[in-house]
Amino acid sequence: MPVYALNPGYQGERMDRVENFHGNQIVYLGWDEHRMFCAAKAFPLPPSMPFAALIENIMPEAFGQHPEFKQINWDSAEWLLDGEPFKPQADVSLADQGVGHKSLIRFKTPELTGYQGAGV
Amino acid sequence: MAAKKLNIKDKYRLLTRDLDWEFSYEDPKQAFPYEEFEGIKITDWSKWEDPFRLTMDSYWKYQAEKEKKLYAIFDAFSQNNGHLNVTDSRYVNAVKLFLTGVSPLEYQAYQGFAHVGRQFSGVGARVACQMQSLDELRHVQTQIHAMSHYNKFFDGFQEFSHMHDRVWYLSVPRSFFCDARSAGPFEFMIAIGFSFEYVLTNLLFVPFMSGAAHNGDMATVTFGFSAQSDEARHMTLGLEVIKFLLEQHEDNVPIVQKWIDKWFWRGTRLLTIVAMMMDYMLPNKVMSWKEAWEVYFEEAGGALFKDLARYGIRMPKYAETIEKEKEHISHQAWWTFYTHGHAAGFHTWIPSDEELDWLSAQYPDTFDKYYRPMWELAKEQEAKGERFYTSGLPQLCQTCQIPMLFTEMDNPNQNSMRDYLYQGERYHFCSDGCCDIFKEEPEKYVQSWLPVHQIFQGNCGGPGVGEVLSDYYRMNVGVDNMDIKGSPDEVRWNKWKGVA
Repeated sequence: MPVYALNPGYQGERMDRVENFHGNQIVYLGWDEHRMFCAAKAFPLPPSMPFAALIENIMPEAFGQHPEFKQINWDSAEWLLDGEPFKPQADVSLADQGVGHKSLIRFKTPELTGYQGAGV
Repeated sequence: MAAKKLNIKDKYRLLTRDLDWEFSYEDPKQAFPYEEFEGIKITDWSKWEDPFRLTMDSYWKYQAEKEKKLYAIFDAFSQNNGHLNVTDSRYVNAVKLFLTGVSPLEYQAYQGFAHVGRQFSGVGARVACQMQSLDELRHVQTQIHAMSHYNKFFDGFQEFSHMHDRVWYLSVPRSFFCDARSAGPFEFMIAIGFSFEYVLTNLLFVPFMSGAAHNGDMATVTFGFSAQSDEARHMTLGLEVIKFLLEQHEDNVPIVQKWIDKWFWRGTRLLTIVAMMMDYMLPNKVMSWKEAWEVYFEEAGGALFKDLARYGIRMPKYAETIEKEKEHISHQAWWTFYTHGHAAGFHTWIPSDEELDWLSAQYPDTFDKYYRPMWELAKEQEAKGERFYTSGLPQLCQTCQIPMLFTEMDNPNQNSMRDYLYQGERYHFCSDGCCDIFKEEPEKYVQSWLPVHQIFQGNCGGPGVGEVLSDYYRMNVGVDNMDIKGSPDEVRWNKWKGVA
């Protein structure tokens, strides 16, 4: 049952359709086991943005405040796109490598274990 | 001829059940259109037992006496500068959270009970809900009056109702009640009357009122006492509702169980702010959140669900997850507010060394391992003159609307994240509990007004977060928000207290 409503066939308004974001799509970025950031962060990004630009421009804005940020080796980072293992292609746009509206990109940095090695 | 005085029993009958009438020429289904669509079966409304045993005239008399006493104490509190007797200016931030996050819920409860107090075809239930509706309206009024004194001396109180409708973290309590009020009348009663007022209310009111008592806040303690006898009636109504539904028809059992699962989960997510208030915002602690949860839910709630087992009702789904989460959520929530202190309508701070030790003692299995390092980092940053305010905006849960701050209980270093595709669009959840609620009624929750997405859509002013805070939320930026250190609240407090 999609909803329990007084009127049969009731449909809710989709509040976060991609058309509402002025040409951008929402992408969530999360750095696993780095709880200095309480949650993954949300960004409105053009679907045509290449992955390299995301690493270069968006990652520092998202996670640059972390003392370990400068030590991140992006080549050894392990990625998940919407829960599935993922190998980002630097020169390919987000849309063309399956990063859609409200996709969640998570990454792990095996050599960095957080502040005091505590996952912070 | 002298009017004959009615005996209590007759008076009660005339002023409650006798107010009803038979529908002779209108279809009762049209008069009470909300009664059937949820699937609840009522075979005999006369089996309803009135929980309040009050008539309107005695209700007025009784409440008027309480009001008189209450406002006499508010006057005395105000004339004696009662705000100077609280422990310190940090405490007042718990009051700000209450006024912006909880008092408007009393108003929503008033609206919700007024609605269901019209929609039940059973007159006993209608009268009881109407009375609770009046109580809730009284509560929001007395709370606003009690806290208005603080508004004269501290920042952050001035736009509480405006903020409740707009501010990112206040969308959590707001959407909780909007969800209940837009459900059918029976679900509303299980959501608010039973799950919230009966099972979880002690975890909301006891911590705030005892917190007030421990921190010298007589105004809050007094309205708490004044509301207490009302709350006892509300609990009786919550219990009557569930017993009545379960006894009316066996087909009601799975529906009621589903609602208990949903509203117990939603309620505990909502109580995260109480957890944080108890462990971090009270300068004089009452007890830890963990202990409160054990006393008021695990013991009291456990006994209740044992009683309900004879109807075929079991413990709420995910109760085991919540039992583990009691060791974590207060720390995760305060860290979230501390790191978003620039966007909160109250002040935040690093716990003192004594408080950190208290937390270690209260949470021996989790605090030093997972949470003390956060505060060490915060201290380090602050010492460098870089008090940590996080950049960007967090991902929110589609159901509870809380930032996705909760972690996996088998790996507390990792945020818990779930997602679900519905009609080609992806939705995100903080937990299995919130994801289940969405899956049951996706057409309801696709409508969630998620503050972060609304900002990105341009519906909250802007373009920057600063304008959203000042113009759309009406916060006094640099005054209401940021760390308590150096805040106008702290400066004034120190001046009053003669502290350099």
